[in-house]
Amino acid sequence: MGDIKQAGRLRPAPENFLSAEQITAVGSGRRDFLRKSFLAAGAALAAPLAARAAVDGDPDILNLPPWATSLGLPVATNPYGMPSKYESQLLRRESPGLTRVGGASVSFAPLQGLFGIITPSGLHFERHHQGWHDVDPARHRLMINGSDPAFLKKPKVYTMDELMRLPSVSRIHFIECGANTGLEWGNVAVPTVQYTHGMLSCSEFTGVPLKLLLEDCGVDYKKARYVLAEGGDGSAMTRTIPMEMVESGEVFVAYGQNGEMLRPENGYPLRLVVPGVQGVSWVKWLRRIEVGDQPYATKDEAIHYIDLQPSGLHRQYTSIQECKSVITTPSGGQTLLSQGFFNVSGLAWSGRGRIKQVDVSFDGGINWKTARLEGPIQNKALTRFNVDWVWDGKPAILQSRAIDETGYVQPTYGQLRKVRGTKSIYHNNAIQSWKVVESGEVSNVQVL
Amino acid sequence: MSRFCKSLFVFALFLPPTVALAFDNYAGVGRHATAAEVKAWDIDVRPDFKGLPKGAGNVERGQELFEEKCASCHGSFGESNEVFTPLIGGTKPEDIKSGRVSGFLTGDIPQRTTFTKVATISTVWDYIYRAMPWTAPKSLKPDDVYAILAYFLNLAEIVPGDFTLSDRNIAEVQARMPNRNGMTTDHGMWPGPSAKKGGIGNGGVPDVKNVACMKNCKPEVQIGSTLPEYARTAHGELRDQNRSFGPVRGTQTLGPEAAKKAADAGTLELATKSGCMACHGIKSKIVGPGYNEVVARYQGQPDAESRLVAKVKAGGQGVWGNVPMPPNGHLKDEDLTTLVKWILAGSK
Repeated sequence: MGDIKQAGRLRPAPENFLSAEQITAVGSGRRDFLRKSFLAAGAALAAPLAARAAVDGDPDILNLPPWATSLGLPVATNPYGMPSKYESQLLRRESPGLTRVGGASVSFAPLQGLFGIITPSGLHFERHHQGWHDVDPARHRLMINGSDPAFLKKPKVYTMDELMRLPSVSRIHFIECGANTGLEWGNVAVPTVQYTHGMLSCSEFTGVPLKLLLEDCGVDYKKARYVLAEGGDGSAMTRTIPMEMVESGEVFVAYGQNGEMLRPENGYPLRLVVPGVQGVSWVKWLRRIEVGDQPYATKDEAIHYIDLQPSGLHRQYTSIQECKSVITTPSGGQTLLSQGFFNVSGLAWSGRGRIKQVDVSFDGGINWKTARLEGPIQNKALTRFNVDWVWDGKPAILQSRAIDETGYVQPTYGQLRKVRGTKSIYHNNAIQSWKVVESGEVSNVQVL
Repeated sequence: MSRFCKSLFVFALFLPPTVALAFDNYAGVGRHATAAEVKAWDIDVRPDFKGLPKGAGNVERGQELFEEKCASCHGSFGESNEVFTPLIGGTKPEDIKSGRVSGFLTGDIPQRTTFTKVATISTVWDYIYRAMPWTAPKSLKPDDVYAILAYFLNLAEIVPGDFTLSDRNIAEVQARMPNRNGMTTDHGMWPGPSAKKGGIGNGGVPDVKNVACMKNCKPEVQIGSTLPEYARTAHGELRDQNRSFGPVRGTQTLGPEAAKKAADAGTLELATKSGCMACHGIKSKIVGPGYNEVVARYQGQPDAESRLVAKVKAGGQGVWGNVPMPPNGHLKDEDLTTLVKWILAGSK
């Protein structure tokens, strides 16, 4: 019967098979109820079979389900396929009270339930400054000009038809809002990884290197050392980017995302990709690139996206997303099903290059164990890490600490606050801690 | 790419090194932008005022325009914290002399307003012109922007009430901006060259240095903060934000009233998606009346529901003041009824 109890424990349906009390009971080591639940679930099926099923084995094995005994649906029933009806709970969500207007707000990606490194396009986090539009690609244009005629031989206009004829690149990169984890600078404020770290996504983007376009317009790299990117929506968002990044070939104008076109919420039909740099610079609905000889001090680099320091000065033009990581499973707001084995899994990334190593601690940072990195490890992309853990039912504090190829080690809250105080809003890359208590409930705590 | 590199190489052989790059490299792709096209889109204004259109506007005109087009979100004096964070407030006369907002030095600054932060007046001009008003961006003329900005500057006590702001005197105003010396670029998060090499920033040198200790790294674990109880439930039912199978379950965070709350949250979401919440607050007026005010007015009237459904559908003006409510023909009848019932039931 031990094996059958095991099967009952893993039985996923009916939904919420285990109540909160039962999960608590798991944590306290009582498991006899599991067998009772299992029997009850069996009894709920065809009554005459129930008793026999409970004796002989798992009713989900002994009684064939409808999908094993009937004809399935034909091809192209869903011309654009959608997730299973059982996957309705992982959605992008807003944090109540964070903003007051949906058009200038953010929705967070449900990192707590995602696998690997690619964010499904429909779950990619959103940040809009003045609402979003579904832009007609036939009427979209990209203009490239200079702040001074001497900086560019020929200002040009490109249609989507033309951009998509040019030599393209496809690269996997993370995008993280500069304000990701910004709610947590002073103290713990939100319960789950969706709200602490969910302004983070990673996609394969396809498009044309900006370097290629600027050279096609005859840019003078000696004179033009800055680039302004501008959106085609109402907000006409603008940000300054250093020409060095463009010359490196890393910056590109993207139309493709995960094999299809960009989603409207992510800038359809054209956005800028600025690897390693905070999301606000990845201008969506990109309509114009201007080359110039000084930075532009735009609204989102002179009023917002400036980091208040203890000196009373604001840091301006902070752009790079420094090395960071977070455990996504198990994470805050989740409850472990029972004692025993778990694959602890999370994400690491760095705006300065590749991830070199991720260490995980189960005792709040006293001792660390190096995690497995899932390859290939890519430049300025999310990297998935996994590590084995056997939970003994005792309290634990889980942390992850990433190291990038420059040797930079992700800092603690104590280290970060010592330099930057608690009012920066932006660029919080501190080590995240999740506390596990005897009941199996995981919650958000900060270890200094 | 190889063809491109090759042509680049050939070019480089025959031309002096100062003209190193070929252009017009892709036949049939891209065309010369006309002067009118560049003029239409190149609207950015830099801190040195490159790109600033000629024009002028005074405080009085700015106040009229602001009241008409901006005050419903920002408050008549730019002080409102209802829809957006305040524009004005938190600066002192002595800040104009020093160019540093003293509240940031003393910590005595309850809320960061636009004028406490912004160092460059060009930023505000550029932003109003490109993106405001909220629902009708790029509808203001340059003279309107000068006038509205003159009104701001007067509210922030940077210029007198009879001031006229123009392209000719904006540099003088820049020299009086309260936080003009409040920015630093001395940090490691600019991805370009350092200030020493003609760029900005410190060349990418990080400001914190952790080390990758592996064993017995500290004597004890110091907890700085834990999740407050109110924050545990503020994000709804966490059980429903996780899969119902797998190694973990979402923790159940709400009590027996969860179902009712979830249904109400669904209606709030419908109200938000339908655009209602842009103008109405649940307990406060935004542009239109708060739902609490609607309930107070219609309470006890037997036909309240049907009358409100008709009103929301057709739009109207006059009952709550002069700001019109647009018609809402795009809403399904059943959604309209759900929303009105929810509002009348207290919209919780």
